[in-house]
This record gives sequence, structure tokens and C-alpha cells, in this order.
Amino acid sequence: MSSVAQKKGFGAWLWDWLTTVDHKKIGILYLLGGGFFFVLGGIEAVLIRIQLLHPNSDLISAGLFNQLITMHGTTMIFLAAMPILFGFMNAIMPLQIGARDVAFPFINSLGLWMFIFGGLFLNISWFMGQAPDAGWTSYTSLAITSEGHGVDFYSIGLQIAGGGTLMSGINFLVTIINMRAPGMTYMRMPLFTWTTFIASAMILFAFPPLTIGLFFLTFDRLFGGNFFDHTMGGNTIIWEHIFWIFGHPEVYILILPAFGIFSEVFPTFSRKRLFGYTSMVFATVLIGFLGFMVWAHHMFTVGLGSTANAIFAVATMAIAVPTGVKIFNWLLTMWGGSIKVTVPMLYAIGFIPSFVMGGVTGIMQGAAPLDYQLHDSYFIVAHFHYVIIGGVVLSILAATHYWWPKMFGTLLDETLGKVTFWFFFIGFHMTFLIQHWLGFWGMPRRVFTYMDGQGWNAANYISTIGAFLMSIGVIVLVYNIIVTTVKNKRVGNDPWGDGRTLEWATQSPPVYYNFPQTPLVRGLDTVWIEKQEGNESGYTPAVPLQDIHMPHGSIIPFLMSFGLFMAGFGAMFRLETSWGLSLLVFGLFWTFVTMSIRSVKDDLGYYVPKEEILRDMKREGGQK
Amino acid sequence: MMKGLKKWRLFTLLTALTIFLAGCGQQEISTLLPAGEVAKDQFNLLLLSSGIMLFVILVVVIIYVIALFRFRRSKLGEDHMPEQVEGSNVLELVWTVIPILLVLLLAVPTVYYTYKLGNVTAMGAVDDDGNAENLVVDVKAKLYWWEFDYPDLGVTTAQELVVPMNEKVYFNLIAADVKHSFWIPAVGGKLDNNVENVNKFYLIFEKDSRDLEEGVFFGKCAELCGPSHALMDFKVKTLTRAEFDEWVLAMQATEGATADKASADQGEAIFAESCISCHAVSGAGDPAYLGVDHAGAVGPNLTTFGDRNRVAGFMDHDEDSLKKWIADPQKYKPGNTMPAFDHLSDAELDALAGYLMGLSVEK
Repeated sequence: MSSVAQKKGFGAWLWDWLTTVDHKKIGILYLLGGGFFFVLGGIEAVLIRIQLLHPNSDLISAGLFNQLITMHGTTMIFLAAMPILFGFMNAIMPLQIGARDVAFPFINSLGLWMFIFGGLFLNISWFMGQAPDAGWTSYTSLAITSEGHGVDFYSIGLQIAGGGTLMSGINFLVTIINMRAPGMTYMRMPLFTWTTFIASAMILFAFPPLTIGLFFLTFDRLFGGNFFDHTMGGNTIIWEHIFWIFGHPEVYILILPAFGIFSEVFPTFSRKRLFGYTSMVFATVLIGFLGFMVWAHHMFTVGLGSTANAIFAVATMAIAVPTGVKIFNWLLTMWGGSIKVTVPMLYAIGFIPSFVMGGVTGIMQGAAPLDYQLHDSYFIVAHFHYVIIGGVVLSILAATHYWWPKMFGTLLDETLGKVTFWFFFIGFHMTFLIQHWLGFWGMPRRVFTYMDGQGWNAANYISTIGAFLMSIGVIVLVYNIIVTTVKNKRVGNDPWGDGRTLEWATQSPPVYYNFPQTPLVRGLDTVWIEKQEGNESGYTPAVPLQDIHMPHGSIIPFLMSFGLFMAGFGAMFRLETSWGLSLLVFGLFWTFVTMSIRSVKDDLGYYVPKEEILRDMKREGGQK
Repeated sequence: MMKGLKKWRLFTLLTALTIFLAGCGQQEISTLLPAGEVAKDQFNLLLLSSGIMLFVILVVVIIYVIALFRFRRSKLGEDHMPEQVEGSNVLELVWTVIPILLVLLLAVPTVYYTYKLGNVTAMGAVDDDGNAENLVVDVKAKLYWWEFDYPDLGVTTAQELVVPMNEKVYFNLIAADVKHSFWIPAVGGKLDNNVENVNKFYLIFEKDSRDLEEGVFFGKCAELCGPSHALMDFKVKTLTRAEFDEWVLAMQATEGATADKASADQGEAIFAESCISCHAVSGAGDPAYLGVDHAGAVGPNLTTFGDRNRVAGFMDHDEDSLKKWIADPQKYKPGNTMPAFDHLSDAELDALAGYLMGLSVEK
């Protein structure tokens, strides 16, 4: 095993990416996969808005429209937002804590391939003419009666992808607990690491209910179970509870890392340490905790009774307090700083009012009696897009520009970045602000058409135009990425000049062993401290130069996920084809065999010799 | 004086907000133009919460804009080194306590209204003679239409809810097939029609629907229920109590009404031949009670068809739309359970449409 970069053929290059266990490469693969699905979900969104451009439009049929909304929601949450965030967590978090790798590199790779195969599985439904159509929440009375295999694609595809997510969450947790560099106490961890930590802990508790729910749904639909069939003694409300016990924490699993990203961007471009670091950490933990306590606010109109509604209403409002603390801490981070408006900072600045608007409408819906009017209307569509786009997507776009040089060694074009921002930002508010009023005016969500003469025409028209503007923004971003990659202008370790956390102390992109020597952390914002004390390299080694232990790559995660992918098809076509049952058995057998190989084969990894590290360091010094 | 000033400010803010919020929307369907006490309570909560929320947004935006103007690097110089402040206990306490107070301000009325609107204890109350004191309507949601039974009055209708004004009307809600949600935006918030249990709530109708441009309030299904979810509309007609009693008597008088295969009216004969197995033309009799029979009737009760505002809940109420609907219902409401009657000739369709349009109890 040689680690020296060599000229390789396409086959070797592909093999390298399929077998990689390097967290940085896995991060890039997550970004690629998530980015692809983001574009796909975006196309679905634009089709939805085109259909709603005019009243009584018959461009898209009712059935197809329901497939589009279902796949748009499912894709954006499970296959775009979360994987892209995982991409940044993978690529950046180990660097921020000064680790060589994640705790379980093999499982990291397995999580990635399960996401990819789960996502493929879901989207193959389009080609088989029967995409899921019961909404991303798949409420069971409808999901069970839905014809064709649409909902089966949903339940099995999400099961595979969700398994990957759970593994990644556990992996990040163990990594942060065990692999911090010397001196990196919990209260010196950068906020992005902190939010990754809390989000991972939430994954640990939120995904098992989803797994169980999907398992029940699969059994109801494919194997004659009666968990949710009320005519056979089942109960559909149980699904709603299970789904939201997962689903509500899920939105915090998305938004906390977004908070983390902005908590890195604000200090960097204000040249000032994060205001109220301790309260930020405390607020993050509190939000993580409360996130589990409020799931039933999605079910105020289900008929839980006044007491349950009152308790969940007040609990929901309580989340406003730690979130408010965060907002004001960010404001005070800017206050008295030296603000430089780069593209990542532009997104951070745009995030504050957008997210505050999304947050306050969440509190409005937390007022249960008001929610009786707002729930399942366009108001809620406006609300969650303000939170998810105004929070999560803006953070993803900020992180893309912010960490791109660290991940790829070249800066995205700032002018094109600003063009993207303005198109996206204006388009976003144009699309969704007016939808609050559509909800007030009585328009239910998930409608494939609406009749003329209800006062909704103009607002829907404006909303659709906004969606086009957002699309232009995304197209410019894709163009920006291509142009930047082709030009490939190299940058140094700390291209923004004001980096504060450990990732800015290593090369851009980092060598595969991250740091030649494990760094010593002497405080919060360690790179900043070192630089202030005149240490231009930004880090002090904690250990002498020595051989580095690294894990081997492996193709087994890819094969294992592929086995589950095959078994999924087998389960679905078990009864109606001759090969279904055999494929189910074969797919599971394949998975077990690959698991056995992994268990039996001893792989102790390898050592990077000291001489090679010295050589790398010299070459790096030569470039400077 | 200071207090008076603050009140004056709050009042102005709320007035401005009311105008802003109520600026548009149609009376038939807008939650911003409440037509009953429940909707008014909810609208008051909307005003209160919007006021608090606008205040929060305003504070954030002011601090933020000032920070952006004052502390730009382009103004301060490239080498400016800001003080590395750790935080401030006082400030952090301030923005912990103020949100808590704001949340409490909203939480108290929220809890109050939650219990108020959820109170259905009077539902089963009876007077000394054993008659129900309050009007109760059983709502059964189906793919994709609504059945309204008045169990205490022995009356059944569909697609168009008829209610008396200025009294509490109690509802029992259930779904016959998949989950739906019963929502009359102008009159009050929604409640789900679950498949396995009955949900109860009340609404109060205070505005005369005859004053509306369309003559009815619009009701919607708010829960995704399949392809034609968007088309599962219903209408609400409000009457004075006296008129309502008359309407009930007229409905009860249709007891036993049916269509005759041998009728001289060609439309009635066709109806008796093709439609009567699913659609009743008598609005009286024993409505299938909740709990005993979830399913109720197969198709909407057509006793009041001629009095209605729409065909199939959303198409224009004229013979032309009706004929199109009968000939190919799947085209207009995909996934509904009515078969197509495309074997009927144009003349037969004309006769059938004429007969249906003549079905009326409001004369």
C-alpha cells in the first residue's frame, strides 16, 4: 500500500473512490450524492410550482402531482439536506478536533453507501411508473391503501438510507467523545463540532423509531401485517406518533448543524470570537433535548384532547428561548467586530432575518387553537420552507463557499457566488412570503390544483416566479463550481485570512493523514490563539514526529449495501414475479456473507512511515 | 401617562396589523374575515401572536442593520483588531428572560382557548323531555365527498352543510376510508376525520351566508387523501333558527321518496334504473349512526341536489357540468368511486340532468 500520489488509470481511480474509508473523500462523496439529489428535488419543486401557476391547470395529473410532492419532500430531507450536512461533518469535524480520522472508518463508508443505494432505490420508482404518493409523512390510512409499489419504494428505500444515517450518527458521536486532540476539552470544541455532536445524539434516539415505523409499514404492505389497518384492529394514529417522534427531532438534526456552520462563519468574518460561547453550547443541548418533547404539535388537529394540546403547545413555545439566545449571540458577535462581507458571510447575514421569520411563525403554530386554522394550510408550507431553506439550505450554501477551499484547495468565485446569493435569496422570499397569506386565505397544502375565484391566483403566480429565480441561483452555483474546478487556482492553508479553528491549520486540501503531528489545543479558537502569539503555522504539535497508523480501504461496505438494495427489490416483487423471492433470499444472503467476511478477515491497517511524512512536509514547505 | 402611551402604541400596532392582515381574502373562505366565534377567537390569537412576532423581528432587524453599518471592515480598516469579548452575563440574561416573558404572554391565552374550544361537554345534554338541547351533526368524510347526518333530527344530506346561526353546532367527525380533515376556514379551525375514532368539536356560525357573493361558505379537506384531495370541497349554508327548522321539516317530509322506474319523467326512470342503488333522494329516515356503521351511504344523498351551489363539490352548478360529470366522473375527480355512465345517450343525459336539477326542498 503506497500513499504517494501516482498516475493511475480510470479503473484504479474508480476503485479508490469505491473503497475509500478516508473521511475527507467520504465527505466529498456525500456532497456529490446530496448535491445530485438536491438538484433532483429542486426540479420536482419547480414542476410543482409550474402546475400551480394558474388555477385549474391540467399540465400535471393529480396522481403524478402527489408523487412529485412526496418525492420532493422525501428527497430534500433524507437525500439532500442531511447527506450534504453529513458531507461537511465528515470533511471538517475530524479536522476541527485534530483527529486523524473518524472512530469507525469502515462504518463511515458503509453509512455512505447505504445512503447512496437507498436514494437510488427510492428514485428508481420513477422509472417503474409508481413513485411514492402518500406524502413525505406517509400517513398510514392512505399509505396502506395506495396502489402499486410507490409506498414500498418509500418504506424500503428509507429503511436502507436511514440505517446508514444511524451508523454515521453513532460514528460521529464516538469520534467526538474519543478522538479529540490533547487539550481539546468539551468546552474548547468549535460550535460546528458541538452541533454535530448533539445532532448525532439526536440521530441515535430519533432514527430507531423511524426504523420501527418503516418496518411495520413494510410488513403491513408486503407481508400481511395489521399494525396500522384499523379494520383489523390496527391504529393509524400510532403511525403519526411514531413518525413525528422521529420527524420532529429530524428537523433539529438538520437545523443544529446549520447553527454550527453559522457559528463558525460569524466569528471568522467578524474577526471576533463567538459571543457567549457557553450559552451557545447550553442552548444547543437544550434545543436538542426539547426537540424530543414536542412531536405532538404536528398533531394538534388529530384530536388528542385539550390537555395534551395545551402541554405540547407550551413545550413548543419553550424552544423559542434557547433559539432566541442563539440569534442574539450571533448579532452580538457581529457587534463591535470587523465585518467582511464575503459570500459565506452574505449567507449568514441573509440567514438571520429569514430564520427569525421562520422561527416566529413556528411559535404561532405552537399556539394550538391558532394551529387549528394554520395546520395543513399553505401557511405551514411557508413556515417550514422558511426554516429549512432560510436555515438549513442557506447554511449549506454558506458552508459550500466557506469550506470549499479547505476541501478542494481552490476558492469558489466570489462574484458568481454573490449572483447566486441574490437570485436565490430574493427568489426564496418571493416564493414563500406570500404563501403565509395563501394559508390565511384558506388554501390547503398538497392540492394539485385550485378553482378560480377563491382569491388565490395572483399569490400563486408570484410564488411560482420566485421559484424560477431560485433555480437561476442554483444554476449559477453549478456553473461556478465547474468553472472553479477547471481553473483550479490553488490557495493556502487559511485562504480567508481569519480562520480560527483547527481545520485552517492544515493544508488545503489536507493530506490523507490530516496532520503530520497531532496538534496541541491551548484554548477555544486554537488557530487564532497560535497566530496571535506569532506562530504562523497555526498549530503546536502535541507529539514528536512518528509513524501514523491508518486504516485500509475496503469494497465490502459497497457490496453490503448492494445486497440490501437487491433484497429490497426481491421483497417488493416477492409475490408477483417468479424471481422475487429468490432475489430477496439471495440479497440477504449476499449481505450476510459480506458481513461474515468483514468479521472473519483481520485487517489491522498500516503505518505511514515517518520518512514519508517528512518528505511530504518538505514538499509542502517548498511550495510555500 | 407612560402606560397610556404604551396602550395607545399597542392599539395602533394591532389596528395596523388588522388592516394589513385583513387586507385581502374572500369572505367565503378567508380566516382573516372570521364569521363566527371560534374563528374570531383564533383570529384574536393570530393578532396577538403576530404582534409579538413582529416586535421580535423588528428588534432583531434593528440591531442587525446597525451592526452591519457600524462595524464593516471596509470602514474600520483592513488591520482593525476588534476586542475579543467573551460574552456578557447581563446581556445573555436579558435575552433569556425577555423571550420567556413573551412566550408566557402568548402561552396563557393559548391554554385558555385550547380548553375553551375543546369543550364539548354540552354535546349530549338533553332537556326534561329527553330531546337534545344542541344540534349535533355527524360528518363522514369519504373519497371524495362529505356526508352530513343530523342524528337527532333524522335527516341526512351531503356536500352541502346546512346549519342554524348564532348557536353552538357540535360535530362528530369520522372518515369512512382514509383520513380526511374537516375545515371551514371562515368559521373555525379544522379537526381531523380519523378512520378509527370519532373526534368532537363545535363551531358557531354568525354570518348569514346569503350575504356572501357565492351564497355559501367554502369548506375544504385539509389532509392529503389521494389524487382528488384538492377537489374534496364542500359548502356551508347558514339559516336563521326558524328557517333551519323549516328546512328540517321539508327534509323530513321527503321520507320514503324514491325514483320510479315507470315514471313518465324519463330522467326519473333513468335515475331509478342506474343511480338509486347508490344515491338516495330521500333526506329523511334513519341516518346510519356513527359507531354502528362507519360507511354510511355509498354515494352522496341527492335530495337537495337542485338547491346546491356546485356539482361534485367544485364544478359549476349547471346541467352542462352535471352531464359531463355523469358521463366521465374519473376525468374530473380522479380516484373517486363513481362509475362512468358513458353509455347514456345525450337525450338521456339531458333528461337525467333535468331531473336532478329539479330535486329540491327549498321552495
